[in-house]
Amino acid sequence: MSSSTQLDPRRYAALARDGLRSVTRNEFVRSLPFLVVPAILVGVFVYGSIVWNFLLSLTDFRGFGDPDYSSLDFEMYATMLSDATFVAATRNTILLMLGFTFLCLVIGLLLAILVDRDVTFEGSVRTIYLLPMSISFVVTSIFWAWMYNPSNGVINLSLRAVGLGAVAVDWIGNPRTQLLAIVVALVWQFSGLTMIIFLAGLRKIPRDQYEAARIDGAGIRVRYLKVIIPQLKTSLFSAIVILVLFSLKAFDFIFVLFGVSPGPGADILPVMMYREAFSANNWAYGSAIAVVLLVATIVSLVPYLYYQYQQDIL
Amino acid sequence: MTRSRSESTKDATVVSGSVESLFAEVSVRRVLLYVVLATAAVLFLLPLESAAMTSFKTVSGFAETLPFAPPPPDAATLAGWTQSWNALRATMLNSAMFVVPATLILPVLGSLAAFGLTITDWRGQLPVYILFMIGIFIPLQAVLVPLSITWQIVDVTTLLANLGPVNLWALPLAKEHHAQFVELAITHISFGIPLSTLLFRSHYKDLSDEMLEAARMDGVGMLTIYYRIVLPLSKPVFVVVMILAFTTIWNDLLFALVIVSSPAAEPVTVAFASLAGGMVQQFNVTMAAGFITALPTLLVYIMFTRQFAEGFSQTGV
Repeated sequence: MSSSTQLDPRRYAALARDGLRSVTRNEFVRSLPFLVVPAILVGVFVYGSIVWNFLLSLTDFRGFGDPDYSSLDFEMYATMLSDATFVAATRNTILLMLGFTFLCLVIGLLLAILVDRDVTFEGSVRTIYLLPMSISFVVTSIFWAWMYNPSNGVINLSLRAVGLGAVAVDWIGNPRTQLLAIVVALVWQFSGLTMIIFLAGLRKIPRDQYEAARIDGAGIRVRYLKVIIPQLKTSLFSAIVILVLFSLKAFDFIFVLFGVSPGPGADILPVMMYREAFSANNWAYGSAIAVVLLVATIVSLVPYLYYQYQQDIL
Repeated sequence: MTRSRSESTKDATVVSGSVESLFAEVSVRRVLLYVVLATAAVLFLLPLESAAMTSFKTVSGFAETLPFAPPPPDAATLAGWTQSWNALRATMLNSAMFVVPATLILPVLGSLAAFGLTITDWRGQLPVYILFMIGIFIPLQAVLVPLSITWQIVDVTTLLANLGPVNLWALPLAKEHHAQFVELAITHISFGIPLSTLLFRSHYKDLSDEMLEAARMDGVGMLTIYYRIVLPLSKPVFVVVMILAFTTIWNDLLFALVIVSSPAAEPVTVAFASLAGGMVQQFNVTMAAGFITALPTLLVYIMFTRQFAEGFSQTGV
């Protein structure tokens, strides 16, 4: 009896070896060396920062010194609701996002359909349409400021040339046209990318479907509306995601042209967040605006993520 | 025979007639198509073209000529370019100091993570992958305040000074403000990993399972599989990710604004923004400065247009 409870040292060693082997054979352990560094970086800097930012938004942290985590409440979020600046910035953000995304989708789809018709210089045309994407928004904002220049800019000179001098206003100086001016410049920058996404989608549709619809006597408009465009759902979804994300990049544009205080005509949440936190040192309030922006972005992307899950793309 | 001949000629005329009308219709359509595409191309190039022309003009030149017209001989000058080059030269180097290392490290980490999340099979793999994927969609504003506090607390300068056997900052060419390049690089890498992982993973999913399984059955270690089989097969993805990373990080403004505290470490985008803000009316200087700032990414774009398009169009996939 005593001999059976007493472990033979040789057997013990073998067990330990087996145990060690099963640990090294464990799939999770085997993938660790590959995951450790990226996971720590993402965990600490991305998710750690998000959690910390949420905590900061519950404090009253402002000015200089250290945040006080002893009394946490949603005061900053209550302040937001009665802050006219926040309401205006939210309105502008939504308008900009919708206008920009819609225009990019329409122009991108039209260009993709045109480029898809066996164009001789397809490569050059694509290169030109996508060219603005490679330039920093910081730079293109200044190029567009020159386009919009009230006296010497291309836009107003063209308008005057065709007899529309009456509408040749100071596009980025006038609070009523600022947002439109920003949207046009952003559409210029991103519609090429939208075209590339739709073009890739069009190329995935089998050619015989075009032919079948044509033989059935469908006109070109019907062919596209009824047969081709409904099949671009995946492209449409990914284009919307990219555009919604990039619309937040309007920050660069507005920051360079107007600084941190663009006024109610061009203020958007990313700019307001930066102003409150880094210019006015209202850290907690800035963090709270950032939380709203984060939640709004993720919520607006849920349908897309669900779609991907359904399509088993994950 | 005569009849058949007449019939065949009739057929021929009918056919040639319809071909002609078809040809005419098609060619009108084609011409229209090319006109629309060319007009769009002109509209896309116009802001760049008028900026380029303006950059070579004198002050009186851009005030008096059309913005898109080439500079007349008496109003042409390179002053805008030399002035902005002198103002931005040092900051171009600053940008390169963190953009290049980040561009090289990011695809390596993305590829490693994608391998760890694709080839193996363990519980919790999908949630981890979903967390990585959500990382793509995080607006940078949501992390700015914590990041700025983090890099104030973490004293990279002192850490690096005590890291090796000698004080790093005592080495020739090393300056203490270079520590901020390390901060910028680490931040950009962390926020680039999710997208980079996604791009690699969508490639690794297509790799032959049988081949990898066979290698594993033969007792080949994971590291060897990665190094010998997977890595050589992912060269094209490396190019795509590197181009995406280089363009995004070079063009970034927000992280630099928040993280860089020493003016000596300013990247070119920040320097350009303040130069453009300070010289509102000297359009020749600001336009030239814009092209200088954009030059590296423009060159990368022209050399790797296809990979650039591939990378950016998969941002949301």
